Amino acid sequence: MTITPSIKRDYLVKLAENGKRADGRKFDEFRNIEIKTGVISKAEGSARVKIGNTQVITGIKMDVGEPYSDSPDSGVMATAAELIPLASPDFEAGPPREDAIELARVVDRGIRESELIEVDKLCIEPGEKVWIIFIDIHILDFDGNLFDAASLASLAALLTTKVPAERFELGDDYPLPLKEPPISCTSVKYNGVVVMDPSLDEEEIAEARLTVATDKNGDIRAMQKGLNGSFSTDEIKKVIKSSLDNGRNIQELLYKSVGK
Amino acid sequence: MTQEKREIVIPSQLLGDVKNKKAGRGTFVENGKIYAEILGILNSNSQYINVVALKGRYDPSENDFVIGIVEDAMASSWLVDINAAYPALLHVNEVPWDVDFGETERYLNYGDCIMAKVLQVDQEKKLQVTLKDRNLYKIKGGQLIDVEPSKVPRIIGKKGSMISLLKKYTKCRIFVGQNGRIWIEGSEDGVKKVIDTINKIENEALSYGLTNKIEELLKKDAKDVH
Amino acid sequence: MNDTEVKLFENGKRLDDRKPDEMREIKIEMGVLHRAEGSCYLEWGDNKVIAAVYGPREAIPRHTQNPLRAIVKAKYNMAAFSVGDRKRPGPDRRSREISKVISEALENVILLENFPRTSIDVNIEVLDAEAGTRCAGLTAAAVALVDAGIPMKDIPVACAAGKIEDQVVLDLGKDEDNYGSADLPVAISPRTGEILLLQMDGHLTVEEFDKALDLAIKGCHIVSDIQKKAIMEKYQSIPEEK
Repeated sequence: MTITPSIKRDYLVKLAENGKRADGRKFDEFRNIEIKTGVISKAEGSARVKIGNTQVITGIKMDVGEPYSDSPDSGVMATAAELIPLASPDFEAGPPREDAIELARVVDRGIRESELIEVDKLCIEPGEKVWIIFIDIHILDFDGNLFDAASLASLAALLTTKVPAERFELGDDYPLPLKEPPISCTSVKYNGVVVMDPSLDEEEIAEARLTVATDKNGDIRAMQKGLNGSFSTDEIKKVIKSSLDNGRNIQELLYKSVGK
Repeated sequence: MTQEKREIVIPSQLLGDVKNKKAGRGTFVENGKIYAEILGILNSNSQYINVVALKGRYDPSENDFVIGIVEDAMASSWLVDINAAYPALLHVNEVPWDVDFGETERYLNYGDCIMAKVLQVDQEKKLQVTLKDRNLYKIKGGQLIDVEPSKVPRIIGKKGSMISLLKKYTKCRIFVGQNGRIWIEGSEDGVKKVIDTINKIENEALSYGLTNKIEELLKKDAKDVH
Repeated sequence: MNDTEVKLFENGKRLDDRKPDEMREIKIEMGVLHRAEGSCYLEWGDNKVIAAVYGPREAIPRHTQNPLRAIVKAKYNMAAFSVGDRKRPGPDRRSREISKVISEALENVILLENFPRTSIDVNIEVLDAEAGTRCAGLTAAAVALVDAGIPMKDIPVACAAGKIEDQVVLDLGKDEDNYGSADLPVAISPRTGEILLLQMDGHLTVEEFDKALDLAIKGCHIVSDIQKKAIMEKYQSIPEEK
């Protein structure tokens, strides 16, 4: 396990008291974001996202299968995340631990609750056959803020996904029917200070974490608080505002990268 | 300024013959021939053929000054991470304090940083460090950064030329551990400047005339501030 | 292996226009990840693999430690989205077997005695699969090991040969892998020519095997040059003194 030296923690805390972060960013500023789509030929949709040095690839695979019994006319969506040992000296091989599961479920909720994927348009035979969408998130390099990188990679991949109708002899391939993507912004708190898009060092000393997914209308679609520290209601309101502001910019970047 | 030819060699590259030279660090011998075992810079003086690694974990040598991070406090010793392939042992006899059995946590705990010296590297690669030396102590304050251990000589410079430049223009206290950990203390701006400059040195470590280039940059920034 | 209606040769050229002894295009980049101590990204035809090395570091769990030398733990894994039909995440028996033979090949060339009680962890992720992923994986792992500064007596490399429609060919591609009648992946230590990994399935006469092995080894040397170029590329541009 990588140890966080107490000196690093003290240094970050001291800087924060003067309104500064180690890499010179403002408290609500994101690192450089790079989005590249169509990176995996075997996937129906794919994207590689870099936020600072954090790197995530999401691949979308589609299949035909049975719908859930409580929604016989809707397509099915399943999200999985792998914190592969490639990405960090601290990630172990093996079945997903709670971190990976939480990550997958939070990204999943952001997409599901925003109704990004028009699942009612993915029905082939009501009650019998529907399209199944697998969203597989692969973390390649962990340098802080996996939630936003994973979410963004998944969105970019979905936005460029083609439903493989030809392969299943169901007509021509067509773009996955989608609505507006929600953008997730993650913040962490340490020593009473809240910063957005935590770097690895900041994440290592974080006491609490808050992810907020917002949409174009300025509404909230998903939230998740993690770690065992706490937030005041004021802090939460502030984070929501920063998330909305950053969300708009990131959404523009996302659309540009998929050619909209 | 001397222009040393910096030849880069890769593992399995044939470098020489045991008849003419001795096999030094970073090389292995097979059937009387000397080969490189790592990616590095060829250093071939009159007697030895050495390859200086371009990357890789810190390879401890006795008497190296290093910055360690305490991993564990045990009954009469501590386990210290020094960025090598193995953790190092710090025994209660090797610290300047009088530590009672089982009281180790009162002095050094998980996450504490120490300026230490490599005491011993034995046959089985078991490592020991010591704090018993003037200039060795538990570190308080400042900031810690990590660089490739192979870049440390560049950051220190010939006879300390590079590190002196940094100290002069930033007025910071800087300590460079042989194991690639660097401790910096000073004003907020000073510390940031040191970190940025060290990153630059790391990226351009192989270029010639780097010391002059860095001096120009530091001078220019100092002028801008006034 | 099934011989179906799929024609693998058209006018002496293979489905992707290659000659029988021609390789697919290979691109290699060393040092692509920030956290890993050594890394390599490799494209081989439509294969895309990424390899990362951590170590030498203390071998955990303790009982896996070898008091005299390092152990090499190579883990080969295919991403769920890397294949036509989505693959369920997690190691299956095929991945575990490939991990084992790759670990053994790497252990041969790494100077293990330098690091007793440690493990050298090599992670190979297949992001996009197109026949020959284990060869691509081992080749990438070798470059990642060089990047990590792990002492080795050689840089291992792998390549496969096979048989399609009674012809022995080099570097099986898509469909050739599925519809051909033999597949022979081979890894060598290019300096000595020693064979570090060898697997074969299908049906070959002894003459065909000799031919296939010869071809695979030739292929290995071609790939070895590409590995070495990629390693040197990182350090090529050394600014001249003014």
